[in-house]
Amino acid sequence: MGIRNEQMSDIADKVKKIVVEHLGVDESKVTPDASFIDDLGADSLDTVELVMAFEEAFSVEIPEDAAEKIATVKDAIDYIEKQKAA
Amino acid sequence: MSGTATNGRRVVVTGIGVVSPLAVGAELTWKRLIEGQSGIGRITHFDPSELPAQVAGQVPDGPTAEGGLTLSDWVPVKDQKKMDRFIHLGLAAAIQAVEDSGWKPEDEDDRCATGVMIGSGIGGLQTIYDGSLTVSSGKARRLSPFFIPSALINLISGHLSIRYGFKGPNHAVVTACATGVHAIGDASRLIQYGDADVMIAGGAEAAICSLGIAGFCSARALSTASNDDPTKASRPWDKDRDGFIMGEGAGVVVLEELEHAKRRGAKIYGEIGGYGMSGDAHHITAPAEGHEGAFRAMKAALRNSGGLTTADIDYVNAHGTSTMADDLELDAVERFFGEDAKRLVMSSTKSAIGHLLGAAGAVEAIFCLQAIRDGVVPPTLNLDNPARESVIDRVAHVAQQRRIDVALSNSFGFGGTNASIILKRFKD
Repeated sequence: MGIRNEQMSDIADKVKKIVVEHLGVDESKVTPDASFIDDLGADSLDTVELVMAFEEAFSVEIPEDAAEKIATVKDAIDYIEKQKAA
Repeated sequence: MSGTATNGRRVVVTGIGVVSPLAVGAELTWKRLIEGQSGIGRITHFDPSELPAQVAGQVPDGPTAEGGLTLSDWVPVKDQKKMDRFIHLGLAAAIQAVEDSGWKPEDEDDRCATGVMIGSGIGGLQTIYDGSLTVSSGKARRLSPFFIPSALINLISGHLSIRYGFKGPNHAVVTACATGVHAIGDASRLIQYGDADVMIAGGAEAAICSLGIAGFCSARALSTASNDDPTKASRPWDKDRDGFIMGEGAGVVVLEELEHAKRRGAKIYGEIGGYGMSGDAHHITAPAEGHEGAFRAMKAALRNSGGLTTADIDYVNAHGTSTMADDLELDAVERFFGEDAKRLVMSSTKSAIGHLLGAAGAVEAIFCLQAIRDGVVPPTLNLDNPARESVIDRVAHVAQQRRIDVALSNSFGFGGTNASIILKRFKD
């Protein structure tokens, strides 16, 4: 269980890092509830690119219908953790 | 003016912006140009050692205050990856020009009367190259959503309009190495026709990448003899010239209807005095004998000048790329000016900055305005032994102090497209 938690926090850290890099926002703004579009200044193309970056970084496939539901930092972390746990 | 659609509307230049191998900044570029400095060096954007041509005019990195490119001073970090370098350079020049002009639309009418026409000869070549690698490595689904808007030529105009809220005509010229002149000329006509009161116009290019250099090498267009002595490589009209030197950068002007400029007390660099175009209908890369297309472009510019003659033109900024075609342009200029050629001065500033392709004509039109303002003619570097003699003073090696009231700038592009523009001292 300890190992599992560590992996999860790794995922969260990595997601945050990707968001900071791609959206050029301050790390402190990347809270779990932050919405990419409403809070972090992303537009629709930015979110497409973000999802691609998640796919690349975590070696997961995020289908379009799932990608559309990823609106916040927490949404992304949850989705990737679920994929990794499966 | 001939023609009635223009209603006598005169077009003046009220802002200038330059990004060149000599400097980021119109005035620092000009200062270094007339000092006789060269912006040509060994290619560092990529390793050129596999290619026959290894020198180019690259925009220097460095602090903005010292004339270097610090991209984050022009484009927010998060937006930089959404744009190819030609857009970065185009925006840096355009922002300079807009800020220099002091023009700030204050209401919706102002915004709708302000348009943009900034083109490029080639566009986002490095972006297309990188995207091709992504697709060919089986990662088509990973291609960035910004791939297309990063490569598209009209996206300098798009980004600039978004930044400033310019809602007038939004356009982009693509005519290879004639792009810059065509953009300024066509945009001035939009003002004459009343489609806009202010147009931000010019060209940008950033094709110093392996694909761009390799392509021009294959077309046998680039100099290959001076890889070990880069500043000597670009030598227009000289007998030892052996091809052009690729440059990168951007030139942008703010064009404004005269009364509009006067009402807001704008500083006026000069007036658009005439503009002419022609096609060669001859060959995809070589001009016709005697460069008769250039002759007709200059003639058309004069026809649209409201009564200027060749005797009024003091300075020609030549296309002069450091290729065999230099002497054909010289033929055309001599024939066009006739007896007036004796008092003409002509130089090729490509000797110092290389050939900026789609940006060349715009940067060179700005040099003409600065020559008129300062009474200084920029030199033709490396013109040690002219391949042929001429009565025209080609300003070898060092700048000349001389009053210039009217200047003409030529640009010719692959496909056989020619454009000439006349810039003149503003007189009310």
